Amino acid sequence: MASPLARPAQDWRLPAAGPAVRVRNFTRRFGDVTVLHDLEIEIGRGEFVALLGRSGSGKTTLLRTLAGIDPAPGHQVLAPAARAVVFQDARLLPWKKVWRNVALGLKGADIRARAEAALTEVGLDHRLDAWPATLSGGEAQRVSLARALVRDPGLLLLDEPFAALDALTRLKMHDLVLSLWTRHAPAVLLVTHDVDEAVALADRVLVLENGRIAAQERIDLPRPRANGAAFQDIRARLLAKLGVDAGAGRPAEGALLAFPSGEIVA
Amino acid sequence: MSSITLDRKPSSFALPKFRLRGGRWVSPLVLLLAWELGSRTGIVPERILAAPSAVAVTFWSMVVSGELPSNLAVSLARALAGLAFGLAIGAGLALAAGLSGAGETAIDPLMQLKRTIPVLALTPLFIVWFGIGETPKVTLIAVATVFPIYLNLFSGIRGVDARLIEAGRSFGLNQAELIRHVVLPGALPAFLVGLRYALGVSLLVLVVAEQINASAGIGHLINNARDFMRTDVIVVCLVVYASLGLAADQLVRTLEAQALAWRPTFIKS
Repeated sequence: MASPLARPAQDWRLPAAGPAVRVRNFTRRFGDVTVLHDLEIEIGRGEFVALLGRSGSGKTTLLRTLAGIDPAPGHQVLAPAARAVVFQDARLLPWKKVWRNVALGLKGADIRARAEAALTEVGLDHRLDAWPATLSGGEAQRVSLARALVRDPGLLLLDEPFAALDALTRLKMHDLVLSLWTRHAPAVLLVTHDVDEAVALADRVLVLENGRIAAQERIDLPRPRANGAAFQDIRARLLAKLGVDAGAGRPAEGALLAFPSGEIVA
Repeated sequence: MSSITLDRKPSSFALPKFRLRGGRWVSPLVLLLAWELGSRTGIVPERILAAPSAVAVTFWSMVVSGELPSNLAVSLARALAGLAFGLAIGAGLALAAGLSGAGETAIDPLMQLKRTIPVLALTPLFIVWFGIGETPKVTLIAVATVFPIYLNLFSGIRGVDARLIEAGRSFGLNQAELIRHVVLPGALPAFLVGLRYALGVSLLVLVVAEQINASAGIGHLINNARDFMRTDVIVVCLVVYASLGLAADQLVRTLEAQALAWRPTFIKS
């Protein structure tokens, strides 16, 4: 699983036939609270973008819009038809065995074989007929990844998928996500509050604050990314943009939007 | 609703283990012996209560003569017919009210109104409407079982985790597929709780309904026995009613173990 994940030298992904995601002039309000202000975002095909922000910054709202969970009437939101979400809580149906969860909503005759292939990719081919209640947190999240992958998504949306996992499992999941991304090359939008995670994984990091893109950072370090000086530089810059002094590790007094986004982790 | 089910589960499964342990059978046995002794010494006259041994003999003779099986079959058929109607109507109404807002607006107030009327109070009205044949008996049971089914299934449907529905939708399930794969399986535990209640209620109402001029059935046996002061027959019938209740409970438990095999309590056992 911990394969060398350096990107190939040549650009093996789709040529510039338009981006995978294009959001323009996107504003979203809940009552009096404007969650997203006039947002403009493009994600290239096969590009791995991390969206960083504190609770209430509107990052989950953006992800839900791109996922098609929240409607975006009268807005310019272009996203691939084939997209899949991995939620923070795995959201497996407890009454369906693992492979049936992966196959949920698939049509065709060979759905078991497809589910099996996806589960093999995430290293869970031995748990095909297990009940979700018997899975560990990491296993459940891997099933959730398989369920997303089996749809062959052009856009993979990850909503803080590793936030509830322990540190070791999280590192393994990072490797797994990178290897899956290298193999399948979907555009990825990873929503996270973890700066290290964003720097370790993404091609580009967007910082969302008060519903606006406050900053973005392109990361050209080869993968796997060691925690070296360059890593630390980027990390410190991003933290500064989030209003955290990396040296002191204390949050600045940036105003948080009072927005009930359902975020659990600050 | 679901918390009730979760709480009930371990205790009901621990019960058989309990019985085998720590002499819990001793006190019922002592009571039985005391009762037998009282009857033999004449402290408990037979016209008040027949001796356990006499009850056992009567039971056997009623089984052999076919009197008990044939009347039991009549009673069971009544309970099952009533339950079948109640189940169909209750489940139908719960689906309509649970799956659509308009359905809820139309149906739920009526069901809540209906709940305020004690079912057995309808007996005189049903006799006026349906006479004293099978119809009022079956109708009473049906009306009584509609509500536990309706209430539990309705709240089960409404209690399905919204995040799972959202996930299902994000994976491209249409409305019908959502209902089939997410909503109905999610509501099944609550429905089974309702079914368990309904089975209990159907037996309870059966006992009363069978007092309406029955010419067959366990209630008919009891009525006849009362007229001839046959306390042994009455006790046999009481034991039969109790066994029906136990059997009904066991039936639902077996159903649950089959249908809810995905639940952690069942996976471990």
